[in-house]
Amino acid sequence: MRTLSKDPLNLIIAGVGGQGNVVMSLLIGNALVRQGYCVGVGDTFGASQRGGSVASHIRISDHTHYSSLIPSGHADIIVSLEPVEALRILGQFGNPDVVTITNVRPVYPPAVVSGLATYPDIDELLKAIKKLSARLETVNATDEAIKLGNPIFTNVIMMGALIGSGLLPLDKKSLEPILQEYFPKVFDMNMIAFNKGMELIGKG
Amino acid sequence: MPRIDIDAPGTSVLLLGNEAIARGALEAGVAFASSYPGNPSSEILETIVTVATERNIHAEWSVNEKVALEAAAGASFAGIRAMASMKQNGLNVASDFVSNLVMTGVGKGLVLVVCDDPGSLSSSSELDTRNLCKWMDIPLLEPSNSQEAKDMTKWAFDLSEELGTICMVHSVSRISHTRTNVKLGELPKTENKAYFTDIYDINKPGRGKFTTIAGPAELHNQLHQKLARALDKFESSPFNQYTGPDKAELLVITSGACVAYSAEAIAELKLENKVGVLKLGTTWPLPEKFVEKQLARSQKVLFVEEVDPFIERSVMELAANLPADSPHLTFYGKRSGHIRQYADLNPDLAANAIANIMGITYCPRDVHYDEEATELAKASPLRSLELCPGCPHRGTFWAIKEALRLDGRDGFAIGDVGCYSLGGFRSGYYQCRISNVMGSGAGISNGMGNLRQFGFDQPVIAVCGDSTFYHASVPALISAVYNKANFILMILDNSATAMTGFQPHPGTGKNAMGEITNIVDMETLCRSLGAHVDVCDSFDIKNTIATLLRLMAEGDGSKVVVMRHECELLRARREKKRPYQVHVDPDKCIGEACGCDRLCTREFGCPGLIWDKEAGKSKIDESVCSGCGLCVDVCPQGAIIKEAV
Repeated sequence: MRTLSKDPLNLIIAGVGGQGNVVMSLLIGNALVRQGYCVGVGDTFGASQRGGSVASHIRISDHTHYSSLIPSGHADIIVSLEPVEALRILGQFGNPDVVTITNVRPVYPPAVVSGLATYPDIDELLKAIKKLSARLETVNATDEAIKLGNPIFTNVIMMGALIGSGLLPLDKKSLEPILQEYFPKVFDMNMIAFNKGMELIGKG
Repeated sequence: MPRIDIDAPGTSVLLLGNEAIARGALEAGVAFASSYPGNPSSEILETIVTVATERNIHAEWSVNEKVALEAAAGASFAGIRAMASMKQNGLNVASDFVSNLVMTGVGKGLVLVVCDDPGSLSSSSELDTRNLCKWMDIPLLEPSNSQEAKDMTKWAFDLSEELGTICMVHSVSRISHTRTNVKLGELPKTENKAYFTDIYDINKPGRGKFTTIAGPAELHNQLHQKLARALDKFESSPFNQYTGPDKAELLVITSGACVAYSAEAIAELKLENKVGVLKLGTTWPLPEKFVEKQLARSQKVLFVEEVDPFIERSVMELAANLPADSPHLTFYGKRSGHIRQYADLNPDLAANAIANIMGITYCPRDVHYDEEATELAKASPLRSLELCPGCPHRGTFWAIKEALRLDGRDGFAIGDVGCYSLGGFRSGYYQCRISNVMGSGAGISNGMGNLRQFGFDQPVIAVCGDSTFYHASVPALISAVYNKANFILMILDNSATAMTGFQPHPGTGKNAMGEITNIVDMETLCRSLGAHVDVCDSFDIKNTIATLLRLMAEGDGSKVVVMRHECELLRARREKKRPYQVHVDPDKCIGEACGCDRLCTREFGCPGLIWDKEAGKSKIDESVCSGCGLCVDVCPQGAIIKEAV
């Protein structure tokens, strides 16, 4: 078992309802428990409609459970499936030491499409995220997922990037059996997506 | 992920609070489980279902929560351990039955699991159902994590059986929907045999499962004796624990999800040597002797609990009866304004309250960073709840909007509880102007539909979902036909209880186990009641508008329109591909010049349609579009093209 850089290690997985962040947190949570960690995964989701902001708070410890919600300003790692969601989470949970890994493809809220709200310019947005992060990794996950044939792979690509970042006490080997169990029929495709994520962060 | 019935005592697995409740019931040998879906409780029955066949358990989605609890009680009376689970609103539906059930008592262990939703993350109301336990004399257990959710549920069966009364396990969203490690216990190998033996004897109240006039007062007295026996057990329960210094400057009394919030707040503030935490797991009846001992630790007491001051009031009542020479206690909590009396709590709110009482400031992060982060994050546009791309309700609400506009008498819709509650928001074109509890759309329309003598002639359309129709709209429709109320009831039949996770219902032909079963046909049912019934496809906007206009023009009567189209998420799950490839022809799209000022992106508002600022044209977002093709019929220019995949 690798030791934690900090106890608890606080990870937030954010995104837009329907992007698969709850599944991603479930898989990572299970992988961590199998490595012997005490894990808490608090999902913030309400109605099952798509399109809302969703986030999972993951607390990792080698000896105890922490609250299901991370206190403000206490995220160590933020993984976001959508860039504006990364900024939103940083606004409440960021701190000078936080590492952010974000997908760069926006999902526009209908209020933005209809002109009632504004979506920030993508370059400005990434600049703000970078300013609030000790380290920023950007991943073009949705476009890569579409290249693999389906945007549904976005979350597994992001998971590959997270594992590739080396920030969690997990490696590809610890995730493989979990992916196999969760996606018994489409394991191969998901492994390709996972490897793509590792590759995109430079650990392929 | 491992099956919920893995026979591996001592193994640590990651379980959702609701899965842990299911596992606890399995470890207690539950053989009958019933429920009606509702966030945050749905996963309890769904988890039991995954192993019901192998473990010979009857698992069902009942038509509503009252029937779920009645069914579970029936099993308990006949000697079978049973559990009914529901969300807080559901308990209201079931509570009439609870009030008599506590009088008759139970047979084998009967556990009621209620999951509250502080903060109304997925609810139309906010309630603290712990109050029902005080009102109806029910022993109450409040787990603070998945491990306790499992252990308490298991114990609740023993307790119920021993006391002869129903016990409540009370969870909240943050317990039900949080995964933590659970050390598994043993699964029993029991053979269940059901047989009912009780005989009512007027001379021995408490025999038989019968309540009638005259008897209940004595049964109420007996119930209080049961509660006194529960109290005895609670006084020494390991679920109540103090952590902290022997003598503390502040004692925090807490339960449920707030236990971890309080502990974390104290650690954040580095006050472990000054502030203690009394965690209560058995909160009604309050273990007064145990709590009295803990009160001697500090003269300052803070209550950290969600929604109502439930423990706070019980402890204050206890404090009022302490010996006259007891030290003076100062209480902080909801009454003092340190803890809010609504919505969910979190570690920050607990830390702020504790810091305030201890005369220090809580600063969760670097002040300069805080200012910058707060400022920069303001650029994040909010995401409102929207109907999914491809949702059939979008077609229905578009048709309602158009029909009511064409009718011109300021008609309106009354909503109900389900995905289509969004009919009151942008996604449903603000068509629903009233929405209350399940079934009340049709109920309220009974009143609106009988106001002719007061000059009321606005058309009234009540919308309800398919599952909601069976749950609570049927009595309202019967009353409407009987009392000649004038309105149109639109049943939005998307073939599932969609909002809570696509559970089947009496109209789907499948039961909780996924087995083929009888269909309670909604058209036949409505026609048998004497209502006129039309059936439309939610994606056939033209026909729906024509039908509604005809019904509104025809005048009086209680009319039903079944809007039928399968939930897009179900279709996508099954077919795994889009029905159409949709794109916008930029030569035909006239952008801002469109008759209704960008009708598709500004009015119609499907999340799959986006606006290409540079080109000044609408565009399909292929990562979001479901390929339903509904927008093709809405575009007045014929600029949106669908091609079969």
